[in-house]
Amino acid sequence: MNPFTPITTGSGFWNPLIWIIAFITALLLVYAIRLFGNKQYKKGSSQTKPFLSGNVAENNEQLHVKGVNVYWGFTEAFKGYYDKMKRIHTGDTRDYVLWFLIVMIGLFFIVLGVL
Amino acid sequence: MSFDVISHSPALLIAIPLFGAFFTPVISRLHAKVRDGFVIVVIALTEILAIFLAQDIYTNGIRKYVFGASLPSLTRPDTISIPVRIIFEVDGMSIFMVLISLTIALVAAIYSTSFFKKEDGLDRYYTLLLLLTVGMLGMELTGDLFNFFVFLEITSISSTALIAFWIDRGESLEAALKYIIISSLGALFVLMAIGFLYGQYDALNIAALANSIQFTFIDKIALVLLLAALAMKAGIAPMHMWLPDAYGEAPPSVTIAIVAATQASLYAVLRICFTLYGSVIGMSTIGWLLIGLGLLTIFVGVTMALIQKSLTRTIAYAAVGEIGYMIIGVGTALAASTETFASVALKGGIFHIFNDVLDIGLLFLVAGAVIYATNERSLENLGGLARRMKYTTIFFLIGLLAVAGMPPMNGFASKILIYESTYQLNPIISIIAILSSILLLAIFVKIFYSLFLGPELPNLKDVKEVPTGMLIAMSILAIVIIIIGLFPGYFMQNLVEPAATALSNPSNYINAILGGA
Amino acid sequence: MIYNIPYIAVMLLILVGLYAVIAKRNIIKIIMGISIIESGVNLFLVALGYREGGLAPIFTNLPEKTQIPGQLVLPVPQALTLTSIVIGVAVLALMLALAVQIYKHYKTLDVRSVRRLKE
Repeated sequence: MNPFTPITTGSGFWNPLIWIIAFITALLLVYAIRLFGNKQYKKGSSQTKPFLSGNVAENNEQLHVKGVNVYWGFTEAFKGYYDKMKRIHTGDTRDYVLWFLIVMIGLFFIVLGVL
Repeated sequence: MSFDVISHSPALLIAIPLFGAFFTPVISRLHAKVRDGFVIVVIALTEILAIFLAQDIYTNGIRKYVFGASLPSLTRPDTISIPVRIIFEVDGMSIFMVLISLTIALVAAIYSTSFFKKEDGLDRYYTLLLLLTVGMLGMELTGDLFNFFVFLEITSISSTALIAFWIDRGESLEAALKYIIISSLGALFVLMAIGFLYGQYDALNIAALANSIQFTFIDKIALVLLLAALAMKAGIAPMHMWLPDAYGEAPPSVTIAIVAATQASLYAVLRICFTLYGSVIGMSTIGWLLIGLGLLTIFVGVTMALIQKSLTRTIAYAAVGEIGYMIIGVGTALAASTETFASVALKGGIFHIFNDVLDIGLLFLVAGAVIYATNERSLENLGGLARRMKYTTIFFLIGLLAVAGMPPMNGFASKILIYESTYQLNPIISIIAILSSILLLAIFVKIFYSLFLGPELPNLKDVKEVPTGMLIAMSILAIVIIIIGLFPGYFMQNLVEPAATALSNPSNYINAILGGA
Repeated sequence: MIYNIPYIAVMLLILVGLYAVIAKRNIIKIIMGISIIESGVNLFLVALGYREGGLAPIFTNLPEKTQIPGQLVLPVPQALTLTSIVIGVAVLALMLALAVQIYKHYKTLDVRSVRRLKE
C-alpha cells in the first residue's frame, strides 16, 4: 500500500510531501534573493560584532542572555498570575493529597448529581 | 513440536522480561558488558514477539489468553457459566500501547549502557528497569481488574526505586517519597473501587463486568474513585504536581520509562471510560469533564514551564501540557459521540499518545546528554554548547520541532487532527490548544537559544560529545519521529485506526470472552 | 444494622488515615496514615465476602449436606486481601527506607522543610 497517503481530517487533509515541495521551493527563493546581496564586508571590525544597544561587553559571558532571563518581559507582564501560581505549587506532599481529594469530591458532585 | 508461539504470546510477553529481571543479578557477576547486552537482548526479543502478536491481531481479531486452563482460549470452564480465571485480552488498543512501552524500554536500556559513568549498583538498576517494563506490559495486556491493580503497584514500586537512584542528592529522595505516597494512595482508592464493583456483580473480569453493569449509585461511586485515582497517576491538573518533581529528579533514562508508565495509566482511564462503562455511561457529562480538565492541564503545564530554572523540570512541565492534548481529544470523542468528527478526535488523541512519548523522550535524552557532558542542571550556567556537541544540537532541534507541532514532524500530524475536530465542537477549545502550542515553541526555542547558541562560556571549555551509546539511542527516537512525520497516513491506517475502532466498539471486547467458547 | 458495622469501621479508618496524611507534619506519621488507609481497604475487602451463617470455605472440612456454594463465605475476597496485604508491606518498607535516607540527608523529618522542589 502506498506509504504516501495523506491523513484526512473531517474538513481537510494533510500530506507532508506537498509541504516538503513547498518548503524546498521557498528555500530556493530565499537563496535566489540572497545571491542579489552585497558580498563584501570587513572582517574583524565592528561590522562583525553583535550589537548590544551601544553597551560594551568585555568577555564572552556578558554577551550571552541566560536562559532564565530570556522571557523577562512576558513574566513581568503576567506577574499577578505567576505569583498566584507559584503560591499554589507549594511542594508540600500534603497539598498534593488535598488536591486529589478536592477533585474527587468535585467529581462526586458532578457525576452523582447530574447523571 | 506443538508449541504455538503466537497463541502463548500474551503470557510470554510478561514471562520473558520477568525471567530476564530475575537473572540479571546472576549474569552481572560475569562482566558489566555481558549484563548490558543481556538486558538489551531480552527487551529486543520481547519487542519482536510483540510485533508478531500485533500482526496476528490486525488480521485475526482479539486474542485472549486464559491462565490455568487446558487451552489458552477456554474462557469458561465446563460447568461454570462466568469466566473465573485470570484472562489476558489483547485488542488493537492494548497492542498499540505495548509497542509504545517496549520501544521506549529498549531506547532506555541502550541509553543507560553509556550514561552511567562510575555508579555501582547498576545490576539493581537493570533489574528494576526490566521489572518496570513487566509492570507496564501487564497493565496494558490484562483483562482483569485486580490483576491490573497488582501490575499498577509493581510499576509504582519499581519507578520509585529508580527515581531515587542517585541517593546522594536530597532532591531525588524527596521526589521519590512524594511519588510513592501519591502512588500508593491512588492505588488504594483503585482497590476500593474494585471492591465496590466486585461486591455488586461478583466478577473481576472487565468483559464480564461490562456485560452486566447497570449504572446504580454504587457503580457511580466506583467510577468516580477509579477516574480520580487513575487521572492523578496520569498527571492531569490540578493533581499534576508530583510529575515535575519525579520527572525532573530521576536519571533521564529512567524518566522516559516513567513517561511510558504514565501513558499506561492514561490507557487505563480510556479502558474504563470506553469499555468497562461503555454501554451505560452518560457520554456528554464525562466528555465535557475531560475536556475541562484537559484545558486546565494544557494551560497550567505550558505556563508554568516558562518560569522554571532547571532544564529537566521545564521539559517535565511541557510533558504535563502534552497530556492535556490527549485528554481533550478523548473528551471530544466522548462528548460528541454521534457526530462524524468524534472518530477523528479519538484518532488524534490516540495518535498523540505515541507522538508525545517519542518527542518528550527525545527531549529528556538530550537533557541527559547535557547533564552528562557538563554536570550542570540549571539553565543559568549553560551556554554555547553547539560548538562542541553537534549531534546533540541536531537531536534537540528535531525534538523541539516535534513537540511544538511544527510540520513535517509527527507532532503536527496528531495535533492537526485534534485542532480540527475540537474546533467543530467548540472553537474556544481549539484556540486555547493552538495558543499553548505556540507557547511550547517559545519555551523550547528559549532553551535552544540559551543552551546551544551563543558564545562559548569559560567554565564549559572542555565539554566533549557524548559517547556512542547515548547517540544511538537518541538517533533511534529521532529517526522514528521523522519517519512518522513523513508518512503519517501509513501509521494512522495500520496502528491508530485498529486502536480507535477497538475502543469505540466495546461489544467486540465483551463477545470475545463471553460470546464464543 | 449490626452487619453494617464493618463498613462504618472502614469509613472511619479511611477518614482517620486521610486526616493523618493531610494534617500531620512528620513524615513517619504520614506513612502511618497510609498504612491505616490500607488496613481500612483490606477490612472492606474481607467484609464483602461475608455470608450470614456461613462456614469457612475449606472443602475437606465441611460437615455433611452443606450447600456449595450457598452456605460458604466467599473465598475470592480473602485471596484479594492477602495479595493486598503483601503489596502493602512492600510499599511500607520502601517508604520507610526513603524516610531513613531523607533523615540522613536533611537531619529533619518535617515535611515542610524537606521541600527543595517548589513551584
